[in-house]
Amino acid sequence: MPRKTRARSSRDRELLRQMLRIRRFEERCVELYSGEKICGFMHLYIGEEAVAAGVCHALTSEDAVVSTYREHGHALARGVPIRSVMAEMYGKAAGCSRGRGGSMHIFDAERRFYGGNAIVGGGLPVAVGLALADKLLSRGRVTACFFGEGAMAEGEFHECLNLASLWGLPVLFACENNLYAMGTALARSQAETDLALRAAAYDVAAWPVDGMDVRAVADAAERACESIRAGAGPHFLELRTYRFRAHSMYDPDRYRDKAEIEQWKLRDPLGQIRLPEDELAALEKEIAQELEDAVTFAEEAPIEPIEELTRFVYSEVRP
Amino acid sequence: MTTYREAIREAIAEALTADERVFLMGEDVGAYGGCFAVSLGLLERFGPERIRDTPLSESAFVGAGIGAALGGLRPIVEIMTVNFSLLALDQILNNAATILHMSGGQFNVPLVIRMTTGAGRQLAAQHSHSLEGWYAHIPGLRILAPATVEDAGGMLAPALADPDPVLIFEHGSLYNSTGEPGTGPVDITTAAVRRPGRDVTLIAYGGTLHKALTAADELAAGGIEAEVVDLRVLRPLDEATVIKSIIHTHRAVIVDEGWRSGSLSAEVTARIVERAFYELDAPVERVCSAEVPIPYAHHLEEAALPQVPAIVTAARDVVSS
Repeated sequence: MPRKTRARSSRDRELLRQMLRIRRFEERCVELYSGEKICGFMHLYIGEEAVAAGVCHALTSEDAVVSTYREHGHALARGVPIRSVMAEMYGKAAGCSRGRGGSMHIFDAERRFYGGNAIVGGGLPVAVGLALADKLLSRGRVTACFFGEGAMAEGEFHECLNLASLWGLPVLFACENNLYAMGTALARSQAETDLALRAAAYDVAAWPVDGMDVRAVADAAERACESIRAGAGPHFLELRTYRFRAHSMYDPDRYRDKAEIEQWKLRDPLGQIRLPEDELAALEKEIAQELEDAVTFAEEAPIEPIEELTRFVYSEVRP
Repeated sequence: MTTYREAIREAIAEALTADERVFLMGEDVGAYGGCFAVSLGLLERFGPERIRDTPLSESAFVGAGIGAALGGLRPIVEIMTVNFSLLALDQILNNAATILHMSGGQFNVPLVIRMTTGAGRQLAAQHSHSLEGWYAHIPGLRILAPATVEDAGGMLAPALADPDPVLIFEHGSLYNSTGEPGTGPVDITTAAVRRPGRDVTLIAYGGTLHKALTAADELAAGGIEAEVVDLRVLRPLDEATVIKSIIHTHRAVIVDEGWRSGSLSAEVTARIVERAFYELDAPVERVCSAEVPIPYAHHLEEAALPQVPAIVTAARDVVSS
């Protein structure tokens, strides 16, 4: 069991703050979804916050993040402004993707946040290429690539682990093993369930981490990033986590035992770091205000004019 | 005089020399010298960092080209044949063509992908198809089909300078063709009139251009002056050049090595009908590949592809109707 201990350091406080922001953001998104302010597919990260908070904490502003369609947590932990994420959920012009991406496609050039990929495994080659550019230009950066354990059944995972290892590329492969690829349990879809072992088969440094323990995640990510920056090539972390909510807002969650969900909730990552009551209340208040501001911003933001529909298919500035 | 193959090789070498951000990667581009010997000798000149052999992982190395382009480099990714590109279709469509729009204009992908297309070499159904028409369906991509030595050499530099993904389709039958090398970059936005004529417009591209030009010679011997338009750019299509020619000749035959159903030839036909219906003196004709997987046996393959006699017949039909 993860330790339930008091915040001991500024890092602890920051990790808790990020996890709490993600949790409260998504809880609000559920309400807004019910009110039809947010539409389309929406995949909640609730329960997995320790992974985004811990991994992103180990990155510098120069590093890059490639994410999945369950990326609200990654985006917020990476520092994508909550206003622009919320406006994107609303499909507004002020959204980070100008209303063209929605929940599944958050992009932010300034934070080097490369989506928001809704094709399982599809982000991995892009991460490999970003890392190739960094290596060829000797930039000393890391590209953190999030994906679920379901992606390990895709051919692209194997192609990319091989390529990144072969070329010694600075990629942190952050596998969020939440045990279910949509509704299919890992053991029902993949012959070898020891995920780090499979990554290690490509001569990639790989180890499992308790993904419900944010300190353990941050420690592992820091260690991996340090090693990557030292030129040790790609690293793979199997982050053992669990989503408390269904796969998406459409998912009736028929494939899991309710007792299993309750069991995992006992290990809620938000409960791992305790703050004095008044400090926690102050933090909650700060986050509530930040969220309220984001919702107001998104509500009031203008929509993209229809005349702009065909912009950004081709670049507007051409040689 | 130089060959189509040498023109591409020289253009790659020039790009590598001119811009440190440019590199070539793909299967067997280095030690082997390229499956079709396009990159022969480049490894020795530029080294393994910039002439980068990849594993047989089309999706990973095409996607890595996208990532490298996003990361500030100017990759040229070579895919052996268009059939193999289907293994990377996810990356080409869902990422390369989509990220600019999906990110609200934040991330453009300055990537060049080259691949061989087309039949005529008895390579059978998994190495011979012409799928560039499929790619021309996709918004966000620029699709080029160099048919001449000048275009083979001259299209690469502007493709690399393009801020968006460019796919260059090199017809396999053209690598040994010879011609005058160009003097530098060529335009990659317009079609070209390769032969002027007044009686009928033959619209072709890539591997069918030379067949159309040969057909035009035969037609001229019979007193029919055919104008030959080389599409060159399959997306975005240069509609204006096509329509201008139709207004001049009032008749059209489209020659396309793709299958007729849902093909580029269908798109060009539709554009002509939409924009110049009342200019037409005869229905538009098409000469396309037979709707079969391209077979191995020489006589069967020949029968499956658009050939000069069929083009001549189609042109005579529309002129006499």
